[in-house]
Amino acid sequence: MLCLGIEGTAHTFGVGIVDSRGKVLANASKNYVPAKGGIHPREAAQFHAANARVVLDEALETARVAIEDVDLLAFSAGPGLGPCLRTAATAARALASWLDVPIISVNHCIAHVEIGRLTERAKDPVTLYVSGGNTQVIAFDAGRYRVFGETLDIPVGNCFDVFGREVGLPHPGGPTVERLAREGNRYIPLPYVVKGMDLSFSGLMTEAVRKHRAGADLRDLCYSLQETAFAALVEVTERAVAHTEKKEVMLTGGVAANKRLSEMLKLMAKEHGAKFFVPPMELCADNGAMISWTGILVYKHGHRQKLRETGVKQRWRTDQVDIPWRIG
Amino acid sequence: MLMKKGAEANLYLEPFARVLHRAGEGKVLVKHRISKRYRILEIDKQLRESRTALESKLFVDAKRAGVPTPLVYEVDRTDMRIVMEFIEGRQVKLVLDKLKPKARRKLCELIGRQVARLHRAGIVHGDLTTSNMILTRDGKVYFVDFGLGEYNPSLEARGVDLHLLRRALQSIHFRITDQAYRAVLAGYKREFGEGANAVIKRVEEIERRGRYVPKEERAWH
Repeated sequence: MLCLGIEGTAHTFGVGIVDSRGKVLANASKNYVPAKGGIHPREAAQFHAANARVVLDEALETARVAIEDVDLLAFSAGPGLGPCLRTAATAARALASWLDVPIISVNHCIAHVEIGRLTERAKDPVTLYVSGGNTQVIAFDAGRYRVFGETLDIPVGNCFDVFGREVGLPHPGGPTVERLAREGNRYIPLPYVVKGMDLSFSGLMTEAVRKHRAGADLRDLCYSLQETAFAALVEVTERAVAHTEKKEVMLTGGVAANKRLSEMLKLMAKEHGAKFFVPPMELCADNGAMISWTGILVYKHGHRQKLRETGVKQRWRTDQVDIPWRIG
Repeated sequence: MLMKKGAEANLYLEPFARVLHRAGEGKVLVKHRISKRYRILEIDKQLRESRTALESKLFVDAKRAGVPTPLVYEVDRTDMRIVMEFIEGRQVKLVLDKLKPKARRKLCELIGRQVARLHRAGIVHGDLTTSNMILTRDGKVYFVDFGLGEYNPSLEARGVDLHLLRRALQSIHFRITDQAYRAVLAGYKREFGEGANAVIKRVEEIERRGRYVPKEERAWH
């Protein structure tokens, strides 16, 4: 069985093709890059609409399949930006009804975890999922993926992006912050906020911007911003590891590209005798393949949907989704 | 002897004589906030220092407010250890479901009263779950972990505190959640007095917020 998955929760429009044994045949995508400022939801949605055909064709070509060979359509129904979600959903519905194949709504956050479990052969990891739009610590327990910690305000990727923008770095801020951080070495104290299992990054971002305006060295500031934010992320992940006593830790999402975060999590995992996984970057970032694969899992376990049941869910929570393909 | 390896600290159960004074008897609990290699020294030191100092102070102030807590014997701010009394008893987590309804109500009321005492003293616990409470043979309930506590007299912090306790009841004691929580609130109101209702109202507000209750799912577009 071939599943075509469409991702479109935020700035990425992606089309993936995966077969029912978990082989990724294609994973094409295009990213909307704002001319200035952050993601403008309507502009991003227009970008998706304008590029859907190109990305779709590229995926089919790479997979060397015809569109008629597709047996199942999956799409990212949430969580995400409304206009982007609706554009991806419209594309998915149009294709599914034209091909007359079943359609499956996929939760974007769960897809990130599932594609990592597939490619890394992780069985039951505590997952730190960090991107520009999400920051969650996820682990499986009693039939659902539970959120063992999450941001109370902005996601960590957004913290870096907004900081970067405010101090004049190009979008997205994360990669530049990482590069500059390697040149910094003097720690400038910044607010470290862990509330129980949860995190907060807005105060950290504001204070870092303020320190920059007060004349702090940008390299030292990037270093301090990264160290502070990541220490908090690793601490919350560690709490989940200690609580669940799981023996695997996985890092995913766009911020997984950051080598320092990866290194810190690896050290923490080692201390708890846990294995550490990071999927290949093209599967950590938003992508269509993860949507296809999760669509297959959902479909294989008997879930069926009517077209009218494919509404988007901007605030669809990770812990609202039943996971029949996992036991426990 | 390592008793528990937590995320933030290791807990050791040791003979009093070995840790403090050779004339002492019985056991002590040593909470050691170990250094974490994953974070830079500056952050590591700052966190361990401030948390060790804060937690030991919270133990003392909670006791002063009338909430049973372990006696703090020694605070080592170089090695970040707190040496404290080892409380013998049973975790409330393990006994709550087994009690007879009347005894359970009384225990929950007592917990509610103690939470109110903390709040009136300007303290929030930050991690109110039944695994952090020890029921002793003489019927006292010890709060044994203030690792996430803080001095915060705001309505919001108090509301979150009670909300966390309710969440703990829901996840661990799901068969008796409602009656247990009602008894907790009854005790809380009695002890807190005027103003308790404002806190309880805030709990409801917190639970209605998007983070805990999903917003109405959107219609099909």
